[in-house]
Formats: sequence, structure tokens, C-alpha cells
Amino acid sequence: MASKFERKGKSGGTPGINTASLPDIVFMLLFFFMVSTTMRETELKVQVSVPEATELTKLKKKSLVSYIYVGQPKRNYQKFFGSEPRIQLNDAFKQVKDIPDYIAAEREARDENERPFMTTSLKIDEDVRMGIVTDIKQELRKANALKINYSTKKKIQ
Amino acid sequence: MARQNKQEINAGSMADIAFLLLIFFLVTTTMDTDSGLSRQLPPMPEEEQPKEENKIKERNLLIVLINKQDRLLVNGEQMLVNNLREKTKEFITNPGNSENLPEKKYEVVKVKNPEFYPGSDLPKKVPHKLFEQRYPDGYPVSKGVISLQNDRGTSYKRYIEVQNELVAAYNEARNELSMRMFQKPYNELSNEADVDAIRAAIPQRISEAEPKNIGE
Repeated sequence: MASKFERKGKSGGTPGINTASLPDIVFMLLFFFMVSTTMRETELKVQVSVPEATELTKLKKKSLVSYIYVGQPKRNYQKFFGSEPRIQLNDAFKQVKDIPDYIAAEREARDENERPFMTTSLKIDEDVRMGIVTDIKQELRKANALKINYSTKKKIQ
Repeated sequence: MARQNKQEINAGSMADIAFLLLIFFLVTTTMDTDSGLSRQLPPMPEEEQPKEENKIKERNLLIVLINKQDRLLVNGEQMLVNNLREKTKEFITNPGNSENLPEKKYEVVKVKNPEFYPGSDLPKKVPHKLFEQRYPDGYPVSKGVISLQNDRGTSYKRYIEVQNELVAAYNEARNELSMRMFQKPYNELSNEADVDAIRAAIPQRISEAEPKNIGE
């Protein structure tokens, strides 16, 4: 009897929560994120909020996609680049005439038999005017990169 | 107490390590799936090549213009975006075989031959069985082409909205055909040959025209 009382007294207060399974839970979360997300390959320097659409097709092979971003430069770049919509290729602001070089470089980086399946994803801000988009499309045609995808969000009805 | 010689590794910091990794992945990765409206651009025309659009008959062409103020002109009449889908669908399907809507050409619906391999004598494409059975003379494939033209001042948002409506019209038409043929919606078809057949029967012909200024 005495020992029983003693033990209770020793542990004292509220018992701690058992955290032995915490690593398991966190690892599970970790694996979920590792599987379901992709590495961010470029740092966005332009503000892109893509328009909404309902009839979407998913881009299948991510490794065969090259991206062209168009939008207003982000706040901290506006001092140098103004607030007019600009094109971003990889990590830098570029001109429309740089697109063929970019496409050529992208093509060079892919395996030869995969090149016909390459797609260009146009991530363009919804406030951009069509003028610059048309210019880009013309450059892509010149570079013979004819498969394009207008990046959009899923519209929630 | 039990014997003390069986020492365990201290796993207390395991959670910390895992959290650290978790936070690293949360920061460096993105979740956005890449989806959008896929398009095939026309190849750059040769210098001396005559313009192809002249060859298309007027009834087979639906011209969608978007001007600087984001307003729509469809075959010469003003239209709201909300009505575009219906109009386009009518144009694609031409249910009453109207004189003013696109003509149809009877074609055998062909799909990829699953037995084909490079270097074999087998044909690359074979007729789809169910289509062949139901339409012995070939399926009436519409000759209609939609030509989308925009001004440099058109907003991208409106452009995508219109593109979306056009694709939606095609998808609705395909869906109906799919229900009729396979009793299943188009996007739930599991057989690749069936999808191919529907796509061949209702080909998506949206042409993004050469840039030109439409003006006010």
C-alpha cells in the first residue's frame, strides 16, 4: 500500500504526452509532400496570376515543358524594369527576340527522340494585353515550337 | 528494474529532424499542377505561299473577332461571351444540315492500330469497329473551321475566356457523340481507341489567325 502511494507521488502533476509516434506522423507528412509536389525551378520575377478556365487539359510530362512567364515585374524589380509587362525566361527578364534562343537551348537539353513532344507553357498574367502574347506566338512559330499550352486555373463554379 | 545493458538509440530528436526536412520541402517545392488550354500553332507560312484562308468557303468558317474593348463579333454580328458556346456548337454539329452552316464530308473514322510497330507492314491506322458498323458510309465529319482573331489591345483574360468557350463547345459536341456511341461521357472513356475515334469524328479546328489590327 505504501509503495503504491509513493509511486503516485513521485510522478506528480499531469503525465506527459507520449511523443514516440510523432516522428512517424511527421515522416508521413514529409513523404506526402515529397511525392505530391515538384521542385520550384525558377524564382518568379514577374507577377503572374493566370486566368480561369473550365476546359483544362493537364500537361503530362513535366520534363518536356518549357515555361515562358509574362507579367508585370514584381515590386522590387519595378525600379529597374518599369511596370510594363515583361517576359521572363528562366531566371531573367528577356525580350521577345530572345525566345528562339531560349527554345533552341531548351531543345538542346532534351533527348533527341523526345524533342517532337516538347510543349511550351505560357504563364501569362490575365491583365496582359494580347499584343505581347501575339509577338510571343509569332516567335514560337518561327522557332517551330508549335505545341503550346495557355496556363490557366480551374474555375470553381 | 529490467537489465540496463540493452541500450536504445535516443529517438527524441527524430521528430525535430523530420520537421526540419518537412519544412525544407514545404519551402522549396510547389504544388501547382500544370494545366491549361493546349493549342497547336500553325507552322510559319512560306514566303510565296498563297493564304490558305481564301480557300475555305464562307459557310465553313466561323470568324470570331475580339476588339480592343474586349467585345465580340461573330461572323459579323455582335455577341456576348455567354452565347458563344451555343453558337459554336451549332456551327460544329450543324444538326439541321442547314445551308448556312458547315458542310459535312463522309469519312471513315480511323484510329491508331494497336498492333502497329515501326517497320511492320501493318497499316498505321485502322477503322474503328463500332463507327464502321453504325456508319457504313462513313461518319459525317464537319468541315467547319473557327478562326479566332484579336486585336493587340485585347486583354488576355477575355482571350482565354473565348478560347475556353470554343473548347467547351467542342467538348459538348464530343460528349454527345460519345454518349450516343458508347453510352459514356467523353472524359470517362477508358478505351484509347474510342477517344481517338471521337476526336477523329469531331476534330478540333480552331485557328489562331495571323496577327492583324482590327482597330476600334
